[in-house]
Amino acid sequence: MKKNFSLIGKNIIRQDGLEKVTGQAKFADDYTFANQLTAVMVRVPVAHATINAIDYAAIENDPALTAIVDATDIPGAKKIGAIRQDQPIFAYDKICTHGDVVAMLVGESHDALLALRDKIKIDYTELPVLSDRTKALDKDAPIIHEQYENNEIVHYPLRKGDVETGFKNSDHIIEQTYTTPLIEHGYIEPEAVTAILREGNKGVQIIGSIQNPHTTQNVVAAVLGWPLAKVRIQQAELGGSFGGKDDTMNVLSARAAVAALKTGRPVKIRYNREDSILESYKRHPYTMHYKVGFNNDGKLQAMKIDIIADGGAYSSMSPFVTWRTVVQATGPYEVENVWTDVRAVYTNNPYTGAFRGFGSPQPIFAQESLMDEIAVRLNMTPDEIRRINGFKAGSVTASNQVLKDHDVNLLTVMDTAIEKSAFRKKWRANRQNNLAKEKSFTIDEENLFLNKDDFVDPQNVIKRGIGLAVSFRGSSLGAEGIDAAAAYLSVQKDGSAYLLCGLAENGQGLRTTYSIITAEVLGMDIENIFYLEQDTGLIADSGPTVASRSTIMGGGAVKDAADKIRKRLEDILKPEWKLTDSDELVFKNNKVQNPKNKSQEMRFGDLCKLANSKGVSLSVIGWNKGPDVGWEEETGQGDAYFTYVYGCQLAEVAVNTVTGEVAVERIIAVHDPGTVINKMGAEGQVYGGVTQGAGFGLWEEISTHEGMPRELNLDEYLVPTSKDIGEIIPIFVEGKDKYGPWGAKSLGEPTLELTAAAIANAISNATGKRFFNLPLNLEELLLNRKLHKEDLQRGSL
Amino acid sequence: MPKITFNLNNKDITITTAYNRRLLDVLREELGLTGTKEGCAIGECGACTVLLNDQAVNSCLLLIGQVEGQNVLTIEGLSTKGELHPVQKKFLKHGAVQCGFCTPGMILSAHALLHKNPSPKEEEVKEAITGNLCRCTGYKQIIDAVMDVTKG
Repeated sequence: MKKNFSLIGKNIIRQDGLEKVTGQAKFADDYTFANQLTAVMVRVPVAHATINAIDYAAIENDPALTAIVDATDIPGAKKIGAIRQDQPIFAYDKICTHGDVVAMLVGESHDALLALRDKIKIDYTELPVLSDRTKALDKDAPIIHEQYENNEIVHYPLRKGDVETGFKNSDHIIEQTYTTPLIEHGYIEPEAVTAILREGNKGVQIIGSIQNPHTTQNVVAAVLGWPLAKVRIQQAELGGSFGGKDDTMNVLSARAAVAALKTGRPVKIRYNREDSILESYKRHPYTMHYKVGFNNDGKLQAMKIDIIADGGAYSSMSPFVTWRTVVQATGPYEVENVWTDVRAVYTNNPYTGAFRGFGSPQPIFAQESLMDEIAVRLNMTPDEIRRINGFKAGSVTASNQVLKDHDVNLLTVMDTAIEKSAFRKKWRANRQNNLAKEKSFTIDEENLFLNKDDFVDPQNVIKRGIGLAVSFRGSSLGAEGIDAAAAYLSVQKDGSAYLLCGLAENGQGLRTTYSIITAEVLGMDIENIFYLEQDTGLIADSGPTVASRSTIMGGGAVKDAADKIRKRLEDILKPEWKLTDSDELVFKNNKVQNPKNKSQEMRFGDLCKLANSKGVSLSVIGWNKGPDVGWEEETGQGDAYFTYVYGCQLAEVAVNTVTGEVAVERIIAVHDPGTVINKMGAEGQVYGGVTQGAGFGLWEEISTHEGMPRELNLDEYLVPTSKDIGEIIPIFVEGKDKYGPWGAKSLGEPTLELTAAAIANAISNATGKRFFNLPLNLEELLLNRKLHKEDLQRGSL
Repeated sequence: MPKITFNLNNKDITITTAYNRRLLDVLREELGLTGTKEGCAIGECGACTVLLNDQAVNSCLLLIGQVEGQNVLTIEGLSTKGELHPVQKKFLKHGAVQCGFCTPGMILSAHALLHKNPSPKEEEVKEAITGNLCRCTGYKQIIDAVMDVTKG
């Protein structure tokens, strides 16, 4: 039964809205400290080299220079990394990618430091550059990190059933190869961080555009060789992240800290856009080979999948990103026989890591393209083939996990999208239209004048298409990590409250979501909740703000805190009102009331005052630990995630067959995120995620030459603008779940992961051709080749 | 160094600085007005948008010498007497803010449009903010907010 909520699911104005619309919100670069220094990075213009010597003699005595900081100044760990410690704070033995920094010049004037930078003499020996991920495991490939025997970062196998028998028993087999490019997060705020030494033995305070303060704390403490508590990380207002202000910010924070230690003064590092795109990590490019066997009735028999992910120069989050890929690579479909290999490899390209979607947008593009190809082969509609194979309650995943204890709403979200758009009718009509033979054009050598018929009729240039994509997605971290979160709630004696969770605001609106949860439980005015600054000194490590886990995990911790306080307040009030433990009280409208005797009523603030007078603490730590999950490394079998969410996006496009331009006219995005806590915030996630997903599908690509990114600013890297996308219609199907606050789960990433695949299927519906390489720009749609000759090998053509 | 006089947020001010500094830097570093942001420094992202004589411009592409005698409005000058400007109110109402980094520039571009054209069509709103990149919102709630201002 649906609860009668006061605030959950309603439109609530953002907690941090006022400071953001007035320009008062303080982002990392808005902080200045007395006596602060600035820093300039020193790089080597190659992707792969050994460093022989660095000669600073020409600048050492320059008055503009306060200090040169390099690896020799690091007291603790010189290399860092979540799984493999392969990434240097300052490169000292070799250069592995263009973004590497060998030293940092610190001084008062940025311009003066830039002039000095060119005078440093760096002696290096160039090494062969490895830029093609598909050649990274070849015997003669250059080895990027000599401490490992080859360039394999990680390999995840998944073995279920017997694929060879499965293929033998299949009526049809399709094999295709798909590729996706390097993608930049494109947060509008470039990176900035300041490190300040604190008085006496208090250590260092760091304030910056930091996604995961506790991760940064761990890295800085390791680099300085200090205890964790001596490093205090504060998050400034964060100007977008999308997974992107993790590793990069850890490295920059460590550099700033080392420099502050060396100079005794606050040191600020602020990146311009070119620095940011050059050095920050990106979304993994994937090469994905899929072989699928299926029968005339549409039932999938076997899938064999081989995926290579380009990890770039450092392992970073590759082991986690590609793990999600192996779990979800077959898509939300029942397949008895599966053989999957997912590998992440080193190259000299920019390194890759976490990015909203996290190893799912790539395989979804592949598997959803493939499902449509199967549908066409069998003369079915795309929804029919998905209905035959899609997950239902009790279905078993590729890793042999039974889907239970929640509404398996895959087909519900798909049917909702289909009904909203008259999908089948349009899909069939467009297909008929594209099957109509195109007029061929031949040159008549005798008569070079064009006939009237030879001109392209503008009416026939635009072709319309409709397509859909579906997905299932594991909520939170799953078997990839420790999954627990903390919240601090301190209710004051007048009924106002401080609130803070260990998961950090990234702009997505978690302060608002957590305030709604607290206000709902305690019936208090949401305006009376004051959210504290994100600071590692104030709250427990709750793991990173990733994996769409803020609502399900952090929200659970916040609810636990609010429930504890409510229990304490009820324990005070019930004896006063001569009620028993089993009697219920209503907390609503800033009042507490006995529903059976409405004359028994007290203002929330008065009750808090009463608690205070009785010596009862209204300050608590809420805690939420995820249920156990498991994974067999050798076979890729196990209960990967404790619960899942489901989504379907449907795209309607208009393709200009002369220019190759694709107009996205409409996206219907149907998601089951569980209970929606913050309605306006949830819709905002859909609009934003879909727009990013469309960028991934149609325009965005960092191309590289010998490992060097070509697009270093937003004039060449095309982030969607207000004019680039049509209507987006968010629809929520709120399935039930026993986990999460009132069954609220995940939304941020599902909104992005489906869009490119839905658009690709719509373009195929419009043109009658299939496309295998993102982005679907003019090169793919019209030329069927990359304009840069040396660009990487593409997939099926 | 020369003295430069201009009207900033409805007040005449005079500062002493080199002519060739970017307006953006003078606002942020000299005048402490950090609501104006730098996102790309090449006039692509619009995070540094201010109004110059009621027109939206990129303050990363303007030198301080160019604003001598002109009227400059930044996000800090938009609300008067503690009362939010209607565009700011509608941004809050419609959830047009996520991370908030593009928000000051976005609001000023919207304000510049409404100054010229108090009842724009949706396409005109999209056109007016096309130079302001937002990576969070997909623009929808921003467009709704601006359209709602016209309804009063």
